[in-house]
Amino acid sequence: MARRVIIVGGGVAGIQTALTLSQRGIPTLLLERESELGGKLTGWHKLFPSFTPAHEVLDELRQRLNGSGVEVRTQCEVCHVERSGVTLASGERLAADAVVVTTGFTLFDARVKEEYGYGIYDNVYTTADIERMLNEGRVAMRDGSAPRRIAFLHCVGSRDEKVCQHHCSKVCCITGVKQAMELKEMFPEADVFNFYMDIRMFGPGYEEMYRDAQQRLNIHFVRGRISEASPTLDGRVQIKAEDTLTGRPLKMSVDMLILIIGMRSNASNAVFAADAGLQCQPSGFLAPRDLFLHNTESNVGGIFYAGAVTAPKNIGESLSEAVVAADRVTEYLKRA
Amino acid sequence: MAAMNFGFGINRPRVIDLDRNNLRKSDEILREMPELQTCIGCGACTALCTAGNLTSFNFRRVHTLVRRGEYEGAYEEMNKCMLCGKCRLACPRGINTRGVVMLIKRKLGDF
Ligand code: SF4
Ligand code: SF4
Ligand code: SF4
Repeated sequence: MARRVIIVGGGVAGIQTALTLSQRGIPTLLLERESELGGKLTGWHKLFPSFTPAHEVLDELRQRLNGSGVEVRTQCEVCHVERSGVTLASGERLAADAVVVTTGFTLFDARVKEEYGYGIYDNVYTTADIERMLNEGRVAMRDGSAPRRIAFLHCVGSRDEKVCQHHCSKVCCITGVKQAMELKEMFPEADVFNFYMDIRMFGPGYEEMYRDAQQRLNIHFVRGRISEASPTLDGRVQIKAEDTLTGRPLKMSVDMLILIIGMRSNASNAVFAADAGLQCQPSGFLAPRDLFLHNTESNVGGIFYAGAVTAPKNIGESLSEAVVAADRVTEYLKRA
Repeated sequence: MAAMNFGFGINRPRVIDLDRNNLRKSDEILREMPELQTCIGCGACTALCTAGNLTSFNFRRVHTLVRRGEYEGAYEEMNKCMLCGKCRLACPRGINTRGVVMLIKRKLGDF
């Protein structure tokens, strides 16, 4: 009997899971909510720490997908997940012998941190805006001029009890450093400042990149969380922080304030959890059975995870996890 | 021959000596308000502190020193706080910062 696996979410984790399963001859249906595959990566310009264009990774994944037997359905929003299949927003029910949830994460909405003025003042951006602008080939202030002073703020919507996001989003430190370098190279005359609480450089080459940002590009790292931002008369942004390493309050006006936004859990996680009896972590990310030997399995037999649906992860980690998830699904189907 | 005067005096050592500092008061404070232990030293409280922008008062520094058993002058420093509560609005760890000021003053009033 042909056994079908449904994969919910066509980002990098979903695509890789589908590819691996279909290589093993398992019929696979990949469902994506948007009109194209790729998830968050579609809006990204370059990837840390190698500055690899994001589309290179996506193009190759899509190419491999074309030659595979994976059935793909886009513009298919999954509303309910059970071990026996999924239900779409249209009401259609699709049966499966196993389900892999690869729905990823939601970007933190910077408007929630009103004190930084995103969506209220001009010249306050998020890291996602900067990726979009880099993709469009033009980064500029609201009035079209080139910025001469740029500040990045780490941990916006992460590690912040005030917005109920206690976790560290892990990949945003390196994203902030990457974008600081990209903007400094684009505007060599500009001064670039990164305001941080901790710099977390967890991956290979990341610490080296941080050092390169400091030494070669002279990016200034100030240890302190910006407490507020306000517009100046000439349309710039004034920020205040404590320079904790000197123990004195600091203020400065910048042409661009860039908020390094974090990853939060999807609202759909709680729905899926209620449907299928899945466990969520306090952060709202879905909880794998454990973090070691069963990190791609849920607490319910037949439902699996890969990628950032269980925690913030980078692209490489999501891709590797997808292969593990496919492996566990294969084993499960043999046993079932 | 008289000893040459190089202009140096004997200063009190600046080192925070955790072999000698008595952490009893600090422990008491942290027992009453364990949330203070979660401070990540981000300085958001100090950045917008009303008193700190006008005087040398640094809330983060003072409560950190207290946690290290450096109590001298902490009461007087905390007296500079106007209890406006702005710091509490910013603290990403949700610490009741104004409560910290009150607690330190209560515990260290006799130092
Ligand atoms: S990775 Fe860095 S910027 Fe992101 S939440 Fe963690 S400490 Fe903050
Ligand atoms: S309550 Fe005290 S420490 Fe906090 S901001 Fe106001 S003056 Fe500063
Ligand atoms: S804002 Fe909170 S976490 Fe940050 S230094 Fe002040 S007390 Fe500590």
